[in-house]
Amino acid sequence: MQQGDFDVVVVGGGGAGLRAAIAAAEQARAEGRPQRIALLSKVYPMRSHTVAAEGGAAAVTSHEDSIEAHFHDTVAGGDWLVEQGVADYFVRHAYRELVQMERWGCPWSRQEDGNIQVRRFGGMKTARTWFAADKSGFHMLHTLFQTSLKYPEIERFDEYFVLDLVLHEGAIAGIVALEVATGELITLGAKAVVLATGGAGRLFRFNTNAGIVTGDGMALAYRHGAALRDMEFVQYHPTGLPGSGILITEACRGEGGILLNKAGHRYLQDYGLGPETPLGEPQNKYMELGPRDKLSQAFWQEQQAGRTGTFGDSDVVYLDLRHLGAAHIKERLPFICELAQAYINVDPIHEPIPIRPAVHYTMGGIETDDQCETRIEGLYAAGECASVGLHGANRLGSNSLTELLVFGRLAGERASQRASSRTHTSPHLLLEAANHQQQALSQRCERGNGGENWVTLKRAMVQAMENGCGIYRTTDGMQTALDTIRQLRERFRNVRVSDTSRAYNTELLECLELGFGLDVAEAACLGALERRESRGAHQRLDAGLTTRDDVNYLRHSQVFYRGEQAAELCWQAVDIRFSPPAERVYGDAAKEKHA
Amino acid sequence: MTHRALSIRRYLPDQDQASYWQRYEVPADDSTSLLDALHYVKEELDSTLSYRWSCRMAICGSCGVMVNGIPRLGCKTFLRDLPHELRIEPLAHFPVARDLIVDMDVFLDHLAAVKPYLIEDAAVGTFDPAAPTPHRQTPAQLARYRQFANCINCGLCYSACPQFGLNPEFLGPGALALAHRYNLDSRDSGKQARMPVLNRHEGVWSCTFVGFCSQVCPKHVDPAAAVNQGKVEAAKHTLIALFKG
Repeated sequence: MQQGDFDVVVVGGGGAGLRAAIAAAEQARAEGRPQRIALLSKVYPMRSHTVAAEGGAAAVTSHEDSIEAHFHDTVAGGDWLVEQGVADYFVRHAYRELVQMERWGCPWSRQEDGNIQVRRFGGMKTARTWFAADKSGFHMLHTLFQTSLKYPEIERFDEYFVLDLVLHEGAIAGIVALEVATGELITLGAKAVVLATGGAGRLFRFNTNAGIVTGDGMALAYRHGAALRDMEFVQYHPTGLPGSGILITEACRGEGGILLNKAGHRYLQDYGLGPETPLGEPQNKYMELGPRDKLSQAFWQEQQAGRTGTFGDSDVVYLDLRHLGAAHIKERLPFICELAQAYINVDPIHEPIPIRPAVHYTMGGIETDDQCETRIEGLYAAGECASVGLHGANRLGSNSLTELLVFGRLAGERASQRASSRTHTSPHLLLEAANHQQQALSQRCERGNGGENWVTLKRAMVQAMENGCGIYRTTDGMQTALDTIRQLRERFRNVRVSDTSRAYNTELLECLELGFGLDVAEAACLGALERRESRGAHQRLDAGLTTRDDVNYLRHSQVFYRGEQAAELCWQAVDIRFSPPAERVYGDAAKEKHA
Repeated sequence: MTHRALSIRRYLPDQDQASYWQRYEVPADDSTSLLDALHYVKEELDSTLSYRWSCRMAICGSCGVMVNGIPRLGCKTFLRDLPHELRIEPLAHFPVARDLIVDMDVFLDHLAAVKPYLIEDAAVGTFDPAAPTPHRQTPAQLARYRQFANCINCGLCYSACPQFGLNPEFLGPGALALAHRYNLDSRDSGKQARMPVLNRHEGVWSCTFVGFCSQVCPKHVDPAAAVNQGKVEAAKHTLIALFKG
């Protein structure tokens, strides 16, 4: 068995993981003590799902804008379930991180004079979203990956799948991973570990996410006692392609695209987002530039009222870009044109794009403090897998790409600092954990009779989550989903894979991902069921529970793993030190309120 | 919904050192991608079939395979556009690891070799987090290199390149396009540092301008243009070195 000892081990090679690895390397250099940093990922880093982010990254940039405004938009956008100290740190560090990306070569789109161009985004008071055409995540990820090649102290383990964390006396001691190419296990001792493993959108049937977004890191930390926090808040992006769920960026609306129902009516004006803004004059926080939760909810209402159109088997509304003109569309939204043409044979220059909401982002995640450390000492988390507390009940578009940078860097620096004052624990613990994992894998691959099939269970899971934890939720629906997930967790114990080979056993990997996903799904269902109010992306139809209830639920949910027993839920106070909870309103309603 | 036959070249190193063809029947309609068809095989017919994939929207670069001898992305290839007989193989010119999965380490090594990161002039101050200052870059300056920055590292161009097939030491279209991307960037001063690796036989001079790399590129990066503009730069570099004696 391959073994190694590292100062810092970063799990996940997307935006947050790469940023953390670079930050750890720079921190160690700055302090003049070289460190060994391992970067493990189950895919080559540039395959990570950051690559699919399109619209851009937010930071206060113009003189007319203010960090107070970005702070307020984020807190109100999250329906006041945001850790306000964290949001304050975030908005203050956003700009410097985007400039750092620029200095590393990120090809941000520009104004004629060579300055950075910004665009409008939903729920933001003004234009503050940096972008690289409509491939912002792609360019950020490749810039980070390529920049990481400058640091020989970052040793990559591409296509290594982490099976377990190893703890010693409550602190992180290392990880056990599977080398996908060979099927061999490896152990890496670590003085600090950063989890940057992304979200869990693949728990749901219809989503914008890549196949790898299966909640692995969340489950790894959860199984060792970290809390999964605010997991009931799942973002439906309002504009996914019918059939596949492929993402059509919010930047379409930032640039002036409009949403129409089947009668050609801009229906968002009927849902507290109006009045209608003139064509070609998008206005921040009005109509199509409302926040994602409200837009997806408006779709659901239109669908119930029979005002949606159809495309294939899907109910859809229409995203119309035609009035922007071919030149502008090609300059700002070339990838959208490519995607719409390839996947539904629609040319956005000449036709409206049929779209529908799709699961997009996991607001919750592994609970961390404001320094990105989980309740497991030395274990940090950053990016979508983490709940540092930035997004609350609904994330604003273009805050997550910036989050990767701000908190990826912070996690990397903290991990490096911790590592400088620690020693490795004995390799014995790691070997023991690896042996345990080896046995578990062998059991999965045993040919026996009556084993469960992972495909059946996976399909049952994603359907249960979609039915029970959708845009609008009911007590009965969520209870059914929770019961189903718990049954599936039991059945999962008997899952056996047919592929017993060692090299690239992708069936085994999918099976392991399902096991992680089921644990995470239980936490999401439990949080949803127990949150007896409606807030942000968690909307209930149950009588008496359709509005926000700050008296009882201005609190984070925390779910704890209890092995084969049912998970347990606790509540945690929210940091509201700067901005007391207020009514969350958009469109003219906001103007009236602030008048 | 019709049925289509796929012949897939299987290779299971744990069991047999020889590859073999296996035929599967999959349902298909107008929207079925090759990746959808592979998923159908894995989930319904044969869970041992292995292939890479992730984003299924042609941006992560994972799912390149040979389709009737042409390198293509599985997620952006639709059965409706293909002839009835389909022969699917792993990407050419890379060592096959298993089934449709190839070993891409040589490609990653070539990428790293060209110093694919911004090398700023020493006169430009280092980044100061306390006073972050971006470079200026006009849209025209951005336009010079943007196309070459769109490479998704899928490796299709390496499978299309006969020279890489003959000599895997050749840096190849993708890495050379990336080097060119940075060389053309108005913020970069690293061309001299990259030139020793570009201006040699395994650098730009292995390219015989077949141009197939650019034809198969799913992102219209046009690596052939990058490599041949790179030859001009390399030739200039050589001449200047001669005059400097």
